[in-house]
Amino acid sequence: MLQTSDLTKTFTNGTTLHFPDWTVTAGEQWLLLGESGSGKTTLLHMLGGLLKPSEGKVMVNATNVYALPARALDRFRGQHIGIVFQQPHLIRSMTVEENLLLAQSFAGIGKDIFRIREVLNALEMDHKRHAYPQELSQGQAQRVGIARALVNRPALLLADEPTSSLDNRNADAVIRLLSDLATSERSTLIVCTHDDRVKESFFKDFMFELRHEHISNQLEKS
Amino acid sequence: MNTFQISWKNLKANRLTLALNLLLIAFGTGMLAMLLLGMNQAGERLRDNARGVDLVVGAKGSPLQLILSSIYFIDFPTGNISGENAHSLAAHPMVKKAVPLALGDNYAGFRIVGTDTGYVSLYGLELAAGRFWTKPFEIVIGADVARAQGLKAGDRIYGSHGLTSDEDLHDDHPYVVAGVLKQRGSVADNLVLTSLESVWQMHGADGAREITSMLLQYRSRMAMAALPATINRSTAMQAASPAKESARLFALIGIGVDAVRWFAIALMLLAGVSVFVSLYNSLRERVYDLAVMRVMGASSGTIFAMIVLEGTLLTTLGSFAGILLGHGALHAIGYWQGSPQARMDGLVFLPEEGLLLAAGLFIGLVAALLPAIQAYRTDISETMSKI
Repeated sequence: MLQTSDLTKTFTNGTTLHFPDWTVTAGEQWLLLGESGSGKTTLLHMLGGLLKPSEGKVMVNATNVYALPARALDRFRGQHIGIVFQQPHLIRSMTVEENLLLAQSFAGIGKDIFRIREVLNALEMDHKRHAYPQELSQGQAQRVGIARALVNRPALLLADEPTSSLDNRNADAVIRLLSDLATSERSTLIVCTHDDRVKESFFKDFMFELRHEHISNQLEKS
Repeated sequence: MNTFQISWKNLKANRLTLALNLLLIAFGTGMLAMLLLGMNQAGERLRDNARGVDLVVGAKGSPLQLILSSIYFIDFPTGNISGENAHSLAAHPMVKKAVPLALGDNYAGFRIVGTDTGYVSLYGLELAAGRFWTKPFEIVIGADVARAQGLKAGDRIYGSHGLTSDEDLHDDHPYVVAGVLKQRGSVADNLVLTSLESVWQMHGADGAREITSMLLQYRSRMAMAALPATINRSTAMQAASPAKESARLFALIGIGVDAVRWFAIALMLLAGVSVFVSLYNSLRERVYDLAVMRVMGASSGTIFAMIVLEGTLLTTLGSFAGILLGHGALHAIGYWQGSPQARMDGLVFLPEEGLLLAAGLFIGLVAALLPAIQAYRTDISETMSKI
């Protein structure tokens, strides 16, 4: 359900990153590894429809993502791709429930309170649905961030360093949750991390590692 | 959740900033609304009271003072003129109608005006109760006089010498209320009308029958040029035109009004700058909010609209509050106003106030434009890589 081919990104400072082709089948759970600077986040943003590659293409659910017009790409991202960031970045002026409502309305999906409560229940955050983000703990906020990424039943769930700001216990719980929820929601999951705790706990099957030769390749060119 | 709701929630999240900006805009708009209404109504009242009077003739002195005392009953009269002079002027072929006025006494601060039935027909006054005076010492009172003093036909009152104080009471001659006038919304509501003979007898002026001034109506437009010049040159009296003098009065007030108006405009511009700074600063705090909204599927156009809506919502709301504030303030001024001659009414709305709302909207639009463009250009990937 996810295919990349000849992905290249050239930054304004002249640095060029080449990414190996990658094919992911629906329902798989992958770990995207690599040292900092290897282009993990760049790749993840390109997969998520946030960053247009300089060359190559990204196919998600048989859609050539960057061939879509800008407005359609925004819609597509909202409906088919869920992204969990290192920091949840919840909208501070809105309650937990309103944050999820916002995700539904921006994606152009009708208001569905039942679905919101379902997702919040799965993350054991339903009791906080009228709370504002500043009333939540770090771990709780991260869970709401996951709920927001999942509320529109995305085909592809991306997580960018979801555990780096959490302690061991919470990190473990978040990874377990992501994995379990991706399974139950039938989403394809890609977790991007350099966190060893994540490597140890899950994802024995699929790992996509951005290795040094790519970096050296990039260094040579720049 | 639509863009409007999102913008409103964002505004509400910063209550202090919201309150400050609303206050700034509301005060600017409020002052402008008050000026607009106040000047409009003052002008209307002045014109209304001078309707039908082409020329006022009185003792020499300040023409403005003559107009103020004889038409609006505000200032002191310039002095007296002899009844004979007035009489001969009234018979002048260019004069269609002449109404004599004799001032000098008051009742509880309401001026007692000695005149003839010409005054009644000139202003089209009608009775609410009773009848017009027929004998000396019978009076007809304005609606406000009757209400303020609780008077009705048949009551007796005593006038006092002078135009304002009630110290020097004429307690030898009581006046009898013969009738009460209908409410007119003009100076007549605050007058006590009686015959010239009452005033003369009250002051024991049997020999020299003097009057204070005379209101004239021209027979033709030709008189407009000739008559005032003739009076001013060849008699001991002066002639003043109400239209000219009220225009002069307005020009005098106008300087102050202009100063206040510019101050209010400056206040509104300042409010615009404040809205701009608030939005611009909030953008720095909200850069992740905006990027996350984009991740969730919001288009850059939606983000642009959201910021513009925030600015215009703020200023339009502020202007609306300001207009209400202006009306409220004017009504309060009217309520406690000392001079009932031009009482202000805050419940009248003018079409020009729509322009104030439009100006508020425009200021919000301009103030929000730059922040909105910046929000529009926010790069999602770059923002989200910064953690």
